[in-house]
Amino acid sequence: MSAARESSTGAARDVSSGAARRVDARARNHPAYWAFIVHRVSGFALALFLPLHFWALCQAIAGEARLETFLRWTDNPLVKFAEWGLVLLLAAHLSGGLRLLALEFLPWRDWQKSLAAGAAGLALVAALAFALAL
Amino acid sequence: MSESGTEDAGMLQVRIWRSGEDGGGFREYRVPRQASQTVLDVVTHVQRKLDPALAYRYACRVGMCGSCAMTVNGVSRWTCRTHVSKVAADGRLEIAPLANLPVVKDLVADMREFFDKWARAQGQFAGATTRHDAFAQVSPVSEARQAVDAGIECIGCGVCYSSCDVVAWNPDYLGPAALNRAWTLHQDERDAAQAERLRAVAGDAGCHACHTHMSCTERCPKHISPTAGIAGLKRAVAMAALKGEL
Ligand code: HEM
Ligand code: SF4
Ligand code: SF4
Ligand code: FES
Repeated sequence: MSAARESSTGAARDVSSGAARRVDARARNHPAYWAFIVHRVSGFALALFLPLHFWALCQAIAGEARLETFLRWTDNPLVKFAEWGLVLLLAAHLSGGLRLLALEFLPWRDWQKSLAAGAAGLALVAALAFALAL
Repeated sequence: MSESGTEDAGMLQVRIWRSGEDGGGFREYRVPRQASQTVLDVVTHVQRKLDPALAYRYACRVGMCGSCAMTVNGVSRWTCRTHVSKVAADGRLEIAPLANLPVVKDLVADMREFFDKWARAQGQFAGATTRHDAFAQVSPVSEARQAVDAGIECIGCGVCYSSCDVVAWNPDYLGPAALNRAWTLHQDERDAAQAERLRAVAGDAGCHACHTHMSCTERCPKHISPTAGIAGLKRAVAMAALKGEL
């Protein structure tokens, strides 16, 4: 990578000898970075769930009987638990996404960290509300 | 080398990055602990007393020039104003050059790319008047002037650049400091190159590459929030694009 960078700045008076060092993991330990990790992980997990969701919809098209079997399978406590996780993911991603949109589109204030905390709290509240309503 | 008792009391265990043919590595030193000691004091002790071949950089020692930034226990910092007591509670220091920049030697990072990007982000003031015109009157309480105030004290240390993951992901990314500079000029009502500047900071290598990790904001020793400026540029670019000005 450093070779590419050096060539873009002119190799003629090259003084650099060493490759660039990578950002240390210890530098990433702060609230906004954790918020990013949660957002990315939840975003990818939700994307992975989509094919399953479409498959479930296909079952409905395939006929009432097959949908019935499928819906009975979802009564399984394990599936219920997985659903709760899914709602947590969506709530986390949604509130994280709203936090980002607020940061970028509202006039900047110094409440970024409170916003991250609020987003996490909101996610939890939504997930718990769903869990209790099961 | 855990609690080895009185022998180590008053001594710092310091690992310093040394470059070399093989790509480099950390070398260990023992440095006497002193009251009000800064990380730069530690590096200077090593160079003066233990290892004269060690290369590092500093000038002002008071947080004005921006030349002493290094990575301390994994986190980029200005070393002249970082007290050992703040970062090495257990008496251990790991000191390396800034990340995301080629290394000249040991602790000295090559800053060319960093400053070239300021130029690429239209970081120069473009005035429209001459010395024969009257002074511009800028209200100190205007919103734009306040935004300039919030970002203008940058010392060009590169701490933000060295902390930003997007710089690592996309080597062409202009980075937080250059974009913060562009933002302060964007808010400068005297500047006459606004459209060119917005064009320079739009796009893949510009403000839209930022993922709002806020590592830059977290680490900037001058408590500047490049993330805020970048968010402002995102809005400005979007507005200009809607109005067909880009
Ligand atoms: C429910 C289906 C959704 C899926 C599968 C999904 C997936 C993703 C993925 C994979 C990313 C990329 C993450 C990254 O670049 O770090 C992302 C980013 C984003 N998502 Fe979602 N998302 C969904 C819903 C939402 C909702 C409901 C919102 C907001 C109301 C939202 C707002 C955002 C924003 C603002 C980003 C940009 C994040 C960044 O710059 O890092 N998403 N989404
Ligand atoms: S907020 Fe943007 S510029 Fe700052 S560290 Fe994060 S990605 Fe980089
Ligand atoms: S914005 Fe802050 S961290 Fe970045 S170069 Fe300027 S002073 Fe250093
Ligand atoms: S030596 Fe000048 S900022 Fe540290």
